[in-house]
Amino acid sequence: MGQILDYIKSYLSSSQTPGAAGNMFWVLVYILLVFAGLSVAVIAMNWLERKILAHMQVRLGPMRVGPHGLMQPIADAIKLLLKEDIMPAEADGLIFWVAPFVVVLAAFTTFVVVPFGPTHAITDMNIGILFMLGVSSLSVLGIVMAGWASNSHYPLIGALRSSAQMVSYEVAMGLAVVSAILMTSLNAEGTGTLSMIGIVQAQLAQGEWFIFKFFPLGLIAFFIFAVAMVAETNRAPFDLAEAESELTAGFHTEYSGFRWSLFFLAEYSAMIAVSSIAVTLWLGGWLRPFPNFLNNSTWDLVFSLFPGVTFLLFAAMCFYNALRMPKHPLFRVQTIGLAGFGVVLGLIGLVLFIPAVSVRIQDIFWFSAKVAGFMYLYIWYRGTFPRYRFDQLMRMGWKVLLPMGLGVLILTASVALLQQKLWHQ
Amino acid sequence: MTDQHSSLSNLDLETPEKPFLDANELVINMGPQHPATHGVLRVILRLDGEKVLGLECVIGYLHRGVEKIGEHRTYTMFNPYVDRMDYVAAVSNGLGYCETVEKLLNVEAPPRAQHVRVILTELNRIASHQLWLGTHALDIGAITPLFYTFRDREEILKIYEKYCGARLTTHAFRIGGLQYETYTGFEKEVKNFLDFFRPKIDEYEELLTTNRIWVERTKNVGTISAQDCIALGVTGPVLRASGVKWDLRKAQPYANYKNFDFEIPIGQNGDTYDRYLVRMAEMRQSVRIIEQAVGALPEGPIMAKVPKVMKPAAGEVYHSIEAPKGELGYFIVSDGSTQPYRVRVRPPSFVNLQALDVMCRGQLVADVIAVIGTLDIVLGEVDR
Repeated sequence: MGQILDYIKSYLSSSQTPGAAGNMFWVLVYILLVFAGLSVAVIAMNWLERKILAHMQVRLGPMRVGPHGLMQPIADAIKLLLKEDIMPAEADGLIFWVAPFVVVLAAFTTFVVVPFGPTHAITDMNIGILFMLGVSSLSVLGIVMAGWASNSHYPLIGALRSSAQMVSYEVAMGLAVVSAILMTSLNAEGTGTLSMIGIVQAQLAQGEWFIFKFFPLGLIAFFIFAVAMVAETNRAPFDLAEAESELTAGFHTEYSGFRWSLFFLAEYSAMIAVSSIAVTLWLGGWLRPFPNFLNNSTWDLVFSLFPGVTFLLFAAMCFYNALRMPKHPLFRVQTIGLAGFGVVLGLIGLVLFIPAVSVRIQDIFWFSAKVAGFMYLYIWYRGTFPRYRFDQLMRMGWKVLLPMGLGVLILTASVALLQQKLWHQ
Repeated sequence: MTDQHSSLSNLDLETPEKPFLDANELVINMGPQHPATHGVLRVILRLDGEKVLGLECVIGYLHRGVEKIGEHRTYTMFNPYVDRMDYVAAVSNGLGYCETVEKLLNVEAPPRAQHVRVILTELNRIASHQLWLGTHALDIGAITPLFYTFRDREEILKIYEKYCGARLTTHAFRIGGLQYETYTGFEKEVKNFLDFFRPKIDEYEELLTTNRIWVERTKNVGTISAQDCIALGVTGPVLRASGVKWDLRKAQPYANYKNFDFEIPIGQNGDTYDRYLVRMAEMRQSVRIIEQAVGALPEGPIMAKVPKVMKPAAGEVYHSIEAPKGELGYFIVSDGSTQPYRVRVRPPSFVNLQALDVMCRGQLVADVIAVIGTLDIVLGEVDR
């Protein structure tokens, strides 16, 4: 017993990720935490997307289930789980059954290397970014399987579209990633890194987020990645694979209930995954804004207040809206519920003010905040853009983004080489 | 006759197109339950991958036998039925029917009635175009304009509701004029709507006209030449976007359109983008017409002298108006009794739908959706 306790305690003094330190207990804890966090994020994202999109479109969105529809995602989840599980008679049963799991597995596995902080990752691989790109592209397999196994025309076309799209945008995406990785080698030794944690630490060491590096080269690479990642996740304006008005629902037309919800889960976690790549590579990962300029203890204190203040703001929003609720007795439960939710958020906010907590939570907060920004962009795109046509999409991938990516890569390499030459003189 | 017809156009819809190399042809049934076929249109697509080799429309899922019903109703009783054909432009349908029967009876609605008719019909044109814009944009993937257009269309429906109690199938006009005098504040409300609506058109255009994706999705998509349009009998904004300046409001003025000053917007290329621009411009022209009509609303009676029991002399009459979707014609044969011997409707949607095959050949699946949207069909009118 004591041995086990020692084993658990031994990690606490470590400055490594649990995976790198080889402590399986903490690996398990982290996996559970990431899984739970991700599920909550997907649920929150579901509600936020519907609400934000609704407000962009001059409507209210979900309002009935819980105050301001806060319980809607939960109601939806219950509905999906209780729904009859339909498998088309002509479908290829085994593949039809496996496909959603492949997609979900690919989406979730990527989170093994996502660095929420210098030690807050399940593990740190020296090929982290490669692992992430590789595993996330496995989801194409699941989509093709789903489309093929459905034995139906719309899913087949949807699957073909999405596989072609994902494969071609991966090329541009890869080139953009390479140019960011090149930047990590701009140190005295001249050696770069593929480790997700290493990439962020390189940005810290160079005192610059890679989006601003070699302006505008970093920005262009980031732009290419930002476009490619939307296409990679099959989201508007690149949502041809599930183009509702053309292919009804694309590759998951024949899916319903729980299986369908797995696709949904996978789509949103894939969005979070690629956003985390973008944040890690170009936006300084877990680093707070201006770690180099504003680095005296006063600024440290100011920035350490951010997580708590954010949650207090959320709580304030809840209270404000609870006050605005109709005074009719029918709304009493909702009003109390909203206020209660506000209290929970407020308490979390207060806990986050405790220095011991805020120090540990800071990295995760900044990382999540940056990812949340990307999530908002996804919703914004969806509310604004019409959908690309298939040939236009391919043309953009191969004829615009790919040459741009190559050009940026070559330019970045040349500039980096020059700088390295100067360094050694 | 045949020679003349073929000289008009070199359409060839008989020869089937072949897939690339010896690839398998994919036959897809789009509809009747499909989110983008605007109701219950069924399109059988023959595809080579994503390319459309040809298509066939299957209609009739919404057939209610409107024309046959007309033979068993009196002229007055049939009036509300026509509203159910093109239900998004019910007022135009009513106008066409009332004017045709008036022509048969040889009466004319008094000037005030004519003016109110023009105002309501042009409001209806705006409403119909708004619905078209919203759904067309939704088909192409822009989900937001739909809600903006529906929000603004609501204001028109409110005016209808106040005027005659109904919002959609209004039955606003009577044979010989109007049943109801305008309500108090009608003119002011219409004027308010115009002031409210003018900036809204700019708002829609801001979202779409220069949007790169929108332009790419609509330019050179579903192109149809003026010749083909004429050969197929296509009318309305589709015809005008191909560069033919044909608008029945100017060509064969009915109601009292000749009193109003407006232009007929036309396009050049006959593609989806031009049709979009033409319809946007038409909304602006409608605003112009309503403005003039409301400004000079004459006083006087609203109903002409029409017998309680209508027994038009035996004979036949054809009359057509420019509905929002094209030429809407009524052919009525009277045998001298209280009921029409035959009512035949020339619905613009039905005739325009014929052009779908011509417009979609060689394009991609996504374009079929765009073209169905741009044709602006209403299945209630296609099937009747």
